[in-house]
Amino acid sequence: MTSRATRVRMTRRRFPLAFLALGFALLVPFLVAPIACAQDSIAVAATVVPAPVGAVTVMDAPNDRGQEVNVTWTASPDDAARPGSVTAYFVERAPGPDGPWTRVDSVAATTLAETDATEDGQTWTYRVTALGPGGAATPTVSSPVTARASWFNTERVSVLLAMLLFFGLVVFFTSSAQSGKQLFVRRIPGIDAIEEAIGRATEMGRSVLYVPGINDIDDIQTMASLNILESVAKVTARYETPIVVPTNYPVVMTLAQEMVKNGYIAAGRADGYDPNSVRYVTTEQFAYVAAIAGIMLRDKPAANIYLGSFYAESLLLAETGFSTGAIQIAGTAQVAQLPFFVVACDYTLIGEELYAAGAYLSREPRLLGSLKGSDYMKVALIAAMVIGCVLETVGITSFKQFFASQ
Amino acid sequence: MIPVVLTAIVGLLVIVSFFVPHGAIAEPAQILQDWAIIIVASGYVLGAANVYKVNGEAAVKMQKDWLYKYVLLGSMTAMIVVGFFFSGGTEFLNEGSPFKWAYDYLYVPMQATMFSLLAFFIASAAFRAFRIRTVDAALLAIAALIVMVGRVPIGKLLTDSLPEVIQLPTMANWLLEWPQNAAKRGIAIGAGLGVMATGLRIILGIERSHMREEA
Repeated sequence: MTSRATRVRMTRRRFPLAFLALGFALLVPFLVAPIACAQDSIAVAATVVPAPVGAVTVMDAPNDRGQEVNVTWTASPDDAARPGSVTAYFVERAPGPDGPWTRVDSVAATTLAETDATEDGQTWTYRVTALGPGGAATPTVSSPVTARASWFNTERVSVLLAMLLFFGLVVFFTSSAQSGKQLFVRRIPGIDAIEEAIGRATEMGRSVLYVPGINDIDDIQTMASLNILESVAKVTARYETPIVVPTNYPVVMTLAQEMVKNGYIAAGRADGYDPNSVRYVTTEQFAYVAAIAGIMLRDKPAANIYLGSFYAESLLLAETGFSTGAIQIAGTAQVAQLPFFVVACDYTLIGEELYAAGAYLSREPRLLGSLKGSDYMKVALIAAMVIGCVLETVGITSFKQFFASQ
Repeated sequence: MIPVVLTAIVGLLVIVSFFVPHGAIAEPAQILQDWAIIIVASGYVLGAANVYKVNGEAAVKMQKDWLYKYVLLGSMTAMIVVGFFFSGGTEFLNEGSPFKWAYDYLYVPMQATMFSLLAFFIASAAFRAFRIRTVDAALLAIAALIVMVGRVPIGKLLTDSLPEVIQLPTMANWLLEWPQNAAKRGIAIGAGLGVMATGLRIILGIERSHMREEA
């Protein structure tokens, strides 16, 4: 027989337990029901064909050569209502609404767009089919679309306007200079030092080394360098100082030979031109540098001129030249290499000064006019930047958006 | 006159092709660019001939450093022969071909050697550059010190207890992100305009020294 106290204790222990059991029994349906519903849903989804997709919109891709069509569609209603009921979308195309249909692509259920490759002038009708575990839905057909090549890339309007403004400024100032107007061009010490360097080489009885950069003729820096080479060759011809021009590409070599020859002819010293002074070395970057370093260390030219496009070899050239005691003048528009030249060379032409050097040396009015055009274009760009910053600050983004281009 | 006219036509066509995607413009522009690649590639024959001519003459006449000329000509000939006749024709760059072996085990180590010289040259150039003789040099040296120390772990270690705004990594990042970028972009804008001006001068025939005939 249990005591009353014991019966009370046992009751008190059983009482909370009973409540727990009752609560659990009441909760079970609410826990099981969603799972059961989901299972039912999955079971239903596995057997029910999904609803067709919404409207299919087709559009010729803009600003291209008529080789792309953009297809978009709204998702099948079942995609959201019954997760798992749509597993993929098939995209098909045909010359007309009656077929024959060719599958273009099969995309995941989360993708609602497709870009199809085609040819200019071709007309296509597209249809998109939702696919689920239960099968394929009824396809939704689009209207026909014809791919057309664009005559103008509308995303580049800002570039076109800027280019026309720039060309207009250059033509205006070039005409101005040709009509006799004197144009002021600030002194560029690096260019003035070229003749001084060549004079130094003449006094020491040594040669001048001219490196026109490491890129091919399609790089404008190489072209600018070759234009300067003619003026340099003219001075070396006048002083009867040997010039050595190792080149990195064969086409650059042929042009450099012409520039040096023209320089000697312009100085009235055609007989002094040595065709072997301009030579092709190699196209490999560090082999080229090794060859030039060898020339520097063996021949010890008194003046080294590096004008053009350079990369990692810039410091190798400049430091090797410094170790030989040569006067060094460098110029490049490769921003990353400028610090190395500034540190290791006596004079450095920075960025646009390389392009201005040809006009600066020749003093030809039309070339000086193009420099003026560039300067005024810089003013226009600075004004656009200031206006853009102010407008962005006050929350007007359309100005910036206008200049964004592809 | 013909080269000037040809330059103008081709140059304007390529410029127009940037704005006009239509095949009527884009296809001729692409063909011209393909031709340029072919012409440049065929120029390598000229380049090889020039190497043989210049160095061959010096070697035969035993001019200064004539021995190096023989080494150059011998190695160049060897690579040409191996590449053309012993490396499977157009598959000369495939793994296992003698040409590829020579490239990987002879040229690439020499290339790496030259590249590694940069480490020493940067040190010697920096030693000269950071001598404080003027105000500009002092600013350069201070900025360089902040950036160099701030970009390595010890920079963070040294200034970790300070407010974040004056920690070395923060200052280094600020220097690289703001004044350095501003200067770089300014130079790049100027250089870009220079490219356009030079290109325009060549297309319009204002700059034609590279096309001048012999007097």
